[in-house]
Amino acid sequence: MKTIQIKPIATEFAEDKDLAAKIRDNDLRPAIECGETVMLDFAGVTGATQSFVHAMISDLIRRDGPDVLDSIQFANCDQAVKYIIQIVSEYSQYEIE
Amino acid sequence: MRVHLPNSARLQNIEAFLSEFSPEQPGVLDFSMHDRWVAVHPAVLAFTASVADMVTRNGGEHRGEVHNIRSVPYLIRMGLFDHVCIPHHISITAHEEAGRFIPLSRISTSRELSDFIVHMIPLLHAQPQQVEPIRYVISEIVRNVLEHAQCPGGAFLCAQYFRSSGILSIGVADAGIGIQHTMSQCHRVPTAWDALVLALTPGYSGTTSRIGGTAYNAGAGLFFTKSIACASRNYFILYSGNALFKLKPIRAGRQVVLYANPLEDHHTKRVNMPEWQGTLVGIDIQLETDIMFAALMGAIREAYSVDVKRKKDEYKRPTFV
Repeated sequence: MKTIQIKPIATEFAEDKDLAAKIRDNDLRPAIECGETVMLDFAGVTGATQSFVHAMISDLIRRDGPDVLDSIQFANCDQAVKYIIQIVSEYSQYEIE
Repeated sequence: MRVHLPNSARLQNIEAFLSEFSPEQPGVLDFSMHDRWVAVHPAVLAFTASVADMVTRNGGEHRGEVHNIRSVPYLIRMGLFDHVCIPHHISITAHEEAGRFIPLSRISTSRELSDFIVHMIPLLHAQPQQVEPIRYVISEIVRNVLEHAQCPGGAFLCAQYFRSSGILSIGVADAGIGIQHTMSQCHRVPTAWDALVLALTPGYSGTTSRIGGTAYNAGAGLFFTKSIACASRNYFILYSGNALFKLKPIRAGRQVVLYANPLEDHHTKRVNMPEWQGTLVGIDIQLETDIMFAALMGAIREAYSVDVKRKKDEYKRPTFV
């Protein structure tokens, strides 16, 4: 399993979408494409924006399908961050008519 | 352009201030103020600074008079006359800023925003649970400006904490291309009001016609921001083009319900306002509240899906460890 620590990259308030996109493209997507499970470790992160989480995971869910979530674990999230991850995970699975 | 600072301009009565604004003659700032007392929301100051900066960037001149009244030290400390360049020869005694206000700041890059958020928090002397909505709102609003406004002057931001009411007031303004111009690149928005409504509805981004946004942009920042104001039973305004959306507070005793469709909110609609090519956002947040930020995010989760697109019956759930 590959672990990505969010705080050293995005600080304790994860809000910079450019950094989120870098995590997605440089670490998260390549690892998943190699068949690895990835742990996104939010230890020390006291807050995150929906924009940050969206930039990090939404495109993976839309392009690869919801099952990509089987390859991602979210660790040490506080309750607000959990809700934001749930919001993004859910709306990324909406059926587009 | 004409800006007049009235006796009073809070979010509840900001229409009067905005109605006095004139976008005519973009090469001149004609500044005036009430001659006895000025009590204005930070959104008014951010807007005035943005207008002044636009005139400056046009190579124009600033005209007007600064009255030496009791509220002028506040305007000076907020940095208004660093942008409205009218000589006033009024000296003030500086006081410690912590816990009271964030003076006018210009943010032009993503890095500046991240640094600003880090350095702003100690200024407010806020408790950890109070910090979360403040930094969330500022990040989302200012990133909207940086990503969509195409404004070389960046975003102007300032904030004021009112200890007696426990309310933090925030204003963010830009002189960019405006919401209708941004949204019309990908959506049909015949009027500025249509554009405001769409911008406040989650899932509609100015970067794609696809509902739900792109890999980079979800089109939900203003919805989250409005929801934070709504949950704390306060005002939120969005002004761009000739339209103004004002969220009005939910009265005490009534249940807070968050709506994905902004037209279902308790709001005021104003059209035929003076044309402002950029965007102004104002918000009040109640910091002395029992509402935890996590609970707010839970409520937003419930509201989010409504009106966006048909939900699936079953979602793959994220795994938390």
